[in-house]
Amino acid sequence: MPPSPPAERGWLQRGLVFVVFLALLLLVWEGLKFIGGDPWRTETWTWDPPLKIWFASDLLLPHVWDIFGALANPVQRGTDQSLAGFLVGAAFYTWREAAIGFVVGAVIGIGLAALFVHSRLLERALVPYVIASQTIPIVALAPMIVFAFGQEVISVVIIATYLTFFPVTIAMIRGLRSPDPRAIELMRSYAASRWSVFWKLRMPASLPYLFTALKISATASIVGAIVGEGPGGIPDGLGRAIINFNSQYVSGPEKLWAAILACAVVGIAFFLIVRAAELLALRGRGMRPEIA
Amino acid sequence: MTDSAPPASVVRVRGLDKQFTAGAGAVTALSGIDLTIAAGEFVSLIGPSGCGKSTLLRLIGDLTPPTSGSVEVNGKPAHQARLGREYGMVFQAPVLFEWRTVEDNVKLPLELLGMDRSERDARAREMLGLVELGDFARHHPYQLSGGMQQRVAIARALALQPDILLMDEPFGALDEMTRERMNSEVLRIWRQTGTTVVFVTHSIPEAVFLSTRVVVMSARPGRITRVVDVPLPQPRNDETREDPRYFRVVTEVREALRAGGGLGEEAPLASEERVAAEGGIG
Amino acid sequence: MTAAAPSVGVPVPPRPGRMLRVARSLRYYLPAVVVFVSVIAVWELVTRALQVRAFILPPPSAIGAALVENWGAGRWPLFDAARMTLMEAVGGLLIGTAAGIVVAFAVGRWMTARDAVLPFAVAANAIPIIAIAPIFNAWFGITNPMSKMMVAALLVFFPVMINVTRGLTQVEPSALELMRSYAASEWTVLRKVRVPNALPYFLTALKVATTLSLIGAIVGEYFGGSSNVIGRVVVQSASSLRFDVTWAAILLGAIAGIVFYLAIVVLERALIPWHASVRGEEHA
Repeated sequence: MPPSPPAERGWLQRGLVFVVFLALLLLVWEGLKFIGGDPWRTETWTWDPPLKIWFASDLLLPHVWDIFGALANPVQRGTDQSLAGFLVGAAFYTWREAAIGFVVGAVIGIGLAALFVHSRLLERALVPYVIASQTIPIVALAPMIVFAFGQEVISVVIIATYLTFFPVTIAMIRGLRSPDPRAIELMRSYAASRWSVFWKLRMPASLPYLFTALKISATASIVGAIVGEGPGGIPDGLGRAIINFNSQYVSGPEKLWAAILACAVVGIAFFLIVRAAELLALRGRGMRPEIA
Repeated sequence: MTDSAPPASVVRVRGLDKQFTAGAGAVTALSGIDLTIAAGEFVSLIGPSGCGKSTLLRLIGDLTPPTSGSVEVNGKPAHQARLGREYGMVFQAPVLFEWRTVEDNVKLPLELLGMDRSERDARAREMLGLVELGDFARHHPYQLSGGMQQRVAIARALALQPDILLMDEPFGALDEMTRERMNSEVLRIWRQTGTTVVFVTHSIPEAVFLSTRVVVMSARPGRITRVVDVPLPQPRNDETREDPRYFRVVTEVREALRAGGGLGEEAPLASEERVAAEGGIG
Repeated sequence: MTAAAPSVGVPVPPRPGRMLRVARSLRYYLPAVVVFVSVIAVWELVTRALQVRAFILPPPSAIGAALVENWGAGRWPLFDAARMTLMEAVGGLLIGTAAGIVVAFAVGRWMTARDAVLPFAVAANAIPIIAIAPIFNAWFGITNPMSKMMVAALLVFFPVMINVTRGLTQVEPSALELMRSYAASEWTVLRKVRVPNALPYFLTALKVATTLSLIGAIVGEYFGGSSNVIGRVVVQSASSLRFDVTWAAILLGAIAGIVFYLAIVVLERALIPWHASVRGEEHA
């Protein structure tokens, strides 16, 4: 049979494909504006697009270079802080909230899963709610929590914690149960205590499941932070920046786009950090199919 | 199966080489294979891991192209034979589609052939009767044991009434007792249908019990080191396993394997066998 | 397809009598029911006893009363709000699912497209997509339900696309060999192997997608829009310190999510009764 295609191509090649795809996206973006946007003007040259595409106007879809150009401009008239500087600060602020909640949520999730795996009664009593809670739009609670705990960092941390611990709990219940029953019998044959079965068998076996959940939670905690900050009304973070720039959209649409870009960067960066931790923790285990 | 008299040889392999590209270099899986199999024969391919016996089977079935040399089936290139649907194939894993019932799994190749519904029903019933699973037609695969699943796979392979049945370690995952029962079952089916069988196995007793000829292969590069005739009388049954002649042939095959370096140290898995094994278990 | 599982053994054992089964599942769920009842009771008692911050967490009875009171009338008619939000969510779910399936078929068909698109989709999945809600408000009009639908659709698109692509491509190699030995065309392989194989993946994605579509709709509403939708009711009633209404609205959103999810579970039982996830051999 034909040898299977190389499972992992070089980083370089994958990066290249990604860059090409990104370039294609920008091409489509500007292409739309070229055929259906507002007139393009430079000092010596004007291009009048032949069609009118409603969302391709300069207001609804700014030029890519205008968005990046806006980064260098002051965030507000009369201040010398640049938009870029402001967004970097806001991004770190949001990320810090999300990261604290993420860590707390992961610890709670792992602890709960360890309890559930060892107590059938607790599992039957509580797990239905953990699962049911996955089916409800938990993010909807975000503004509520900000109202309850005040417009403080702690509120957003709680939201991020909340959004992290559900996926982690469910994944860890599966992960801690994933060892082959024969492996558990093997440990029994060594008269291993529950404690050592947990640390030497269940915990290592559950790591791939844990990281699958953590990758989901990384994004979820950022989403929770943004939603908590925005409608909840916490200044300094990206969520509030989106609300503010949204109200100033007509005068400067590039600022809102830049803030959204910053959200994307934070999300991807957090994801990559978790992914790097995963590669480090699971090195030497060989390629694993995604567990999802 | 066909109206005209079948050609004397069903399979004719000439000067076959097969190389796989692995990383920078190429691995020679098979080298200089010549093999002729007559109609109605039961031929086993046996050898150590990495000797390319599964690859040889796949080359006969046109599931992978040869690097050089030729494979003819029924006097035409293997490719045409495959397009003419002259093969039945049984893998190590049953490869049943879990979304189909047992009988619908057996009907799969008949649908592909465009056979009409009533004929399909009749043929599937007949084939399930042949493997003695008539009562389980409406079950789903997960409701059957491993041995029963493999019998469904055999029924499916026979449904097209193929001229040649290719079996790739079909009973490797079964326990010894089930395996012996399945061996007797396969022999009965072989006698009833008169089809030609090429059978890949790791097990010397299995190869000797089933076959009219045992092809012994060795690794690095994979080649045929010996062909052992099995002069045991038909029909074979449990008494055959206690026949002194049976033990003589088993010994002969074992010595042939040892001479080819096939016993003792385990050859490292060649990449293509690993892929095949993983595909089989997945 | 079928993992060799000799232990599964012969036919399914005869099912116990109906009464017995009901009794058994009652006993199985008893701890969960006990927890539910006691949490509600403790909540009620504590919020009544400590009236300190009761305005933030009203007792369940007050939430229930607010739900009944505001069901069809008052400043926040909750039924209409829930219907509107659900419509946005369902619309987004349909659009996002359809787009996800179409792209998955295209991507699954061409190897190079898969290599290019999948890493991109995974990266896009890591983006807090809801941040784009204000842009869609500007594009489609802030009061137009379409703006919320598109947020929901965008959220739904990626998991559906990724999962269906996996389902279409992660087929057991020997199943493909089997089809090859029958000289089956690519089209036949798609119909008889890839599509059935992708069904469980698709339904798994749908379960996630139902929740995401509600999140997309509600969070889209947080960023502005017509007033009579769940998201606006939550924000406005909270800022008017009517937390009983806020909680009632959240409760409705939660119920919608659970009903949505259960609908998919029913669909799953009907479509893939043979799959391990339906047979209950998998945990959680």
